[in-house]
Amino acid sequence: MRAALALGLLLAATVARADESAVHIAEGPGAELVQARCAACHSLDYIQMNAPFMARAAWDAEVRKMIRVMHAQVADAEVAPIVDYLATRYGAPAP
Amino acid sequence: MLLRQAAHAAGLAAAGLLGPAVRADLPQGTQDSEVLDALPGKQPLLKRSWRPPNYETPLAGFADVITPNERFFTRWHHAGIPEIGAASWRLEVGGDAAGPALQLTLGQLRDEFEPVDLVAVCQCAGNRRGWSDPHVPGVQWGPGAMGNARWRGARLKDILARAGVAGEAVEVAFNGADRGPLDATPQFVKSIPAWKALDEHTLVAYQMNGAPLPHWNGFPARIVVPGWTATYWMKQVTSIRALRTPLGSFWMSTAYRIPRGTFPSVDRFVSQETDASTPITDILVNSLITHPLQGSRLPPGRQALVRGLAWDGGAGIGSVVVSMDGGRTWRSARLGPDLGRYSFRAWQFAFTPTRRGTLPLLARATSLGGASQPLAPIFSASGYHNNAVQQLLLEVA
Repeated sequence: MRAALALGLLLAATVARADESAVHIAEGPGAELVQARCAACHSLDYIQMNAPFMARAAWDAEVRKMIRVMHAQVADAEVAPIVDYLATRYGAPAP
Repeated sequence: MLLRQAAHAAGLAAAGLLGPAVRADLPQGTQDSEVLDALPGKQPLLKRSWRPPNYETPLAGFADVITPNERFFTRWHHAGIPEIGAASWRLEVGGDAAGPALQLTLGQLRDEFEPVDLVAVCQCAGNRRGWSDPHVPGVQWGPGAMGNARWRGARLKDILARAGVAGEAVEVAFNGADRGPLDATPQFVKSIPAWKALDEHTLVAYQMNGAPLPHWNGFPARIVVPGWTATYWMKQVTSIRALRTPLGSFWMSTAYRIPRGTFPSVDRFVSQETDASTPITDILVNSLITHPLQGSRLPPGRQALVRGLAWDGGAGIGSVVVSMDGGRTWRSARLGPDLGRYSFRAWQFAFTPTRRGTLPLLARATSLGGASQPLAPIFSASGYHNNAVQQLLLEVA
């Protein structure tokens, strides 16, 4: 695993440049919705980078900020499944 | 290796050797998603996010006191970053505290205003956010969201004078060419207080280290606000407006703010202050150990050289001291050439380790204004201003 990772890094550094297609978020309910709504504006490594330390409330605040401030196109009914996905797959472990 | 370091750290902590100095761990997800990648025209940098492209300079990029353009960090809020042709670029200067709006070409900016050269540190407000304990949301920067360059540009005050800026100006606002992918996404706009805009060192820069600015660092021109964090250093600047009233924008009133009275900032930004918070302003005194690397092994009885950088918000660096015993005793490092009070200051310290075992190495900078790095970081919800003394655990063996 570690060797594979090291090889991956080596390839990324020496072969043609990689891009965000290398980003694969965890599978699970809500993953496709996250892909569709969040990746409209930014690469999804933002999610991976901010893990795993945000509790559900922090993910909820982040999603609502994206809607309220950045005008992300997310329907009201989509907020809960997106937050569920982020909190479950990328949230802080339960204390 | 990590376990061994942790065990050593625990032992040292039990022995009372370790101060509260920073234990620098990025979040696990940040470490896992980090890759070395070269943006077009750049050398490989540490990728934090692909889109928009947020890349930080690896430690090896700080070997020189001037950060090469190809290794200079990149930070963008929006993914829409147009390729701008030098001939088509225009800078609009106006606002309700100025005379009739005027337009400048790049040639006019270069030829019609006295050029000024200045070495200054450009440091992202969120530099070292990834070291926050506890971690806080945002781009999880390590220590490389900064760089030091020799900027050449026109004084902003000269441009404002040409535009007939009157004494009523409270702030001067900047906009750049970058855009969010959605029309509704608010443009990244920033302002600085009029007094800072009129400072003779505040520039509209069109050269960086003797070359045109790299696309990713704001070609053809960016604002340079020496001593202040990079959030104000608008890239691809297209608009400068002198304002009679404070700029209202998410980027001023919500983002890039710190609680008042928490950090020892020098400069105030009165027109944007509330009872509770203020925009982040000047860079706090800080240092970085660039060599050796964390966890390095040093042979006993052989001279070792510690190298690093120190900087602050414009007072200049007065001294750097180094401790090899976790902060009990300190000795002076030798400072390198002075490139100006807004520049990185290189420093180095030679010593010969004798006793085998873990050597906790600390470095602490003090500015000519008398400010020193704290031993423990001051926490803030946005992870700003982490200037705590760094600690390396070296292995003498």
